[in-house]
Amino acid sequence: MSTIRSREDLLALRKQLQREQRTLRKRRFLSQPALLIGVGLLILLLALALLGPLLTSYSPNEMKIVERLKPPGANHLLGTDEFGRDLFTRMIYGAQVSMSVGLAVAVISSTFGLIIGLYASYYRTLDHILMRICDGLVAIPAILLAIALMSALGASAVNVITALSIVFTPNIARVVRSRALVIREQTYIEAIRSQGAGATRIIWRHIAPNILSLLLVQATFVFAEAIISEAALSFLGVGIPAPAASWGNILQAGKLVIYKAWWMVVFPGTAIIVSVLALNLLGDGLRDFGDPHIKAKRPRRKGKLFGKTV
Amino acid sequence: MLAYVVKRILSLIPVLFVVTLVIFFIIHITPGDPAATILGLEASPQDIQQLSHELGLDKPIQEQYVHWLSNVLQGDLGDSIFMKQPVLQAIQEHMGPTLSLAILAQLFALILSIPFGVIAAYKRGTFTDVTLMGLSLVGTAIPSFLLGLFFMLVIGVRLEWLPVAGYEPLSAGLWTHLRYLILPGLSLGIIQAALITRMTRSSMLEVLNLNFIKTARAKGLKEKKVLLKHAFRNAFLPILTIVGQTFGSLVTGAVVVESIFTIPGLGQLILNSIVRRDFAVIQGVVLVVTLIVIGINLLIDLLYGAVDPRVRLDRK
Repeated sequence: MSTIRSREDLLALRKQLQREQRTLRKRRFLSQPALLIGVGLLILLLALALLGPLLTSYSPNEMKIVERLKPPGANHLLGTDEFGRDLFTRMIYGAQVSMSVGLAVAVISSTFGLIIGLYASYYRTLDHILMRICDGLVAIPAILLAIALMSALGASAVNVITALSIVFTPNIARVVRSRALVIREQTYIEAIRSQGAGATRIIWRHIAPNILSLLLVQATFVFAEAIISEAALSFLGVGIPAPAASWGNILQAGKLVIYKAWWMVVFPGTAIIVSVLALNLLGDGLRDFGDPHIKAKRPRRKGKLFGKTV
Repeated sequence: MLAYVVKRILSLIPVLFVVTLVIFFIIHITPGDPAATILGLEASPQDIQQLSHELGLDKPIQEQYVHWLSNVLQGDLGDSIFMKQPVLQAIQEHMGPTLSLAILAQLFALILSIPFGVIAAYKRGTFTDVTLMGLSLVGTAIPSFLLGLFFMLVIGVRLEWLPVAGYEPLSAGLWTHLRYLILPGLSLGIIQAALITRMTRSSMLEVLNLNFIKTARAKGLKEKKVLLKHAFRNAFLPILTIVGQTFGSLVTGAVVVESIFTIPGLGQLILNSIVRRDFAVIQGVVLVVTLIVIGINLLIDLLYGAVDPRVRLDRK
């Protein structure tokens, strides 16, 4: 780099540094197989969910009793269900449901979890109240709480999102709070405070940005857990109600015809596993990506900071 | 130690308070009048009013909560509207299968995960390690009810080795009892094992890097002895914690897996109660299972404190 003489030179230097940073980041991204596989699988699934309806000539709710429980074949790629509906089509529409429920739960619980966690870490009294509520909510086993909430709210997609958001928000809030508590004690926060910065400014401009990468990782895991939970709820008959397709309620129907139609269990089951695996890989990858200090040789830190739901 | 125990138990009070509050309010988040929801669409206004009165729903909400809580503290979880029996009795009748299943699953999980975890740590970086870790990664992505369905399909339906539905109590003989629980137990246990294997491996790796292991090897001890007597013993505490924490998720996992294999446990009880809108039972099951989970975690924490003095001093 040439010597710096003017403001233009400084700006050029900054641009060059940013460019180099981007290249480095790209190289680091490409050197992580878990991240790549996760992203690849996820893009594939999203593409199937969004563009899938173009690939099929059937409607998800079109019943043909003569065609019922046909095995996979030329006419029906993945076979048909107990009402003669095309399973591939229903799986595509099920993917839309699973993905949007998972995404909605991840976004809602991260948003509320972030707000609760940040304010809890900053105000002592608030901390005591909010964290006791979170402790209580976390103490109730997740799937049971979700089942109980669904029993009161009634089965519907919106209620599944509400119930699962209530279940997962405390987990996120606790993770955010514990990281925020560490950041709060750093010297630069003290410096800003001594310059007279207000609470809102410190919380949102100086603490929150340092939590975003952690939040993104946790949101990915919540996404995965929400897909599993939605499938479990729908499988138990308290999630997405028929006739709407969801991987969970296809499995529920599949269990009843398990002696005759293996495809109704195997295909939606595989779809759930693949999407959860993709999201877990993405989460693990993002965690390592966000933290350059982690070397592959060291025993991995626990990525997911809360337990399995089902 | 006593101070630790007291502190640990006192810290549960706010948790239990919130838990009871949440469970109490479940019935109140139903859209509209809970009594109307319970009775269904055909109910007459008089019936609804009468039930409201019987359930105490016409009283102020804080009064209802105090009343409910004092009953709960005396072991009265209310009566099931549908089954015409006390909720606690219904729960006791359904508890056995769920606990049997959870315990069997925990056994399966430990038998699988501890050897695998120790081997993976010992052979770190080799093909064995990578395979085991890959398998456990896939395991953490599979929900247990799905594995249950796959087992049912392959072992129950295709091969017909084991029954795919039903339950026999322990009094019918140990093998008869176990036969029905093997598939559901394996579905829960294998998934659990995936998690514990990873924990065992990382816990072992941490210990294997410590100096006393080098000393033990330098003394010329046999590798087996170093691994099992020196390393594993020290790696065991974190494993114990995860076993304790996940026993809770086993109990709830059992609730879901039960419904696949039609085992008449707490899962069936709560699901049937949803269809019957029998809220007292739903509240009761959630409360009892939560208490079991909290109790197990408390026990593990106390055990941990008894075994490792550092825990008593460290934890606030």
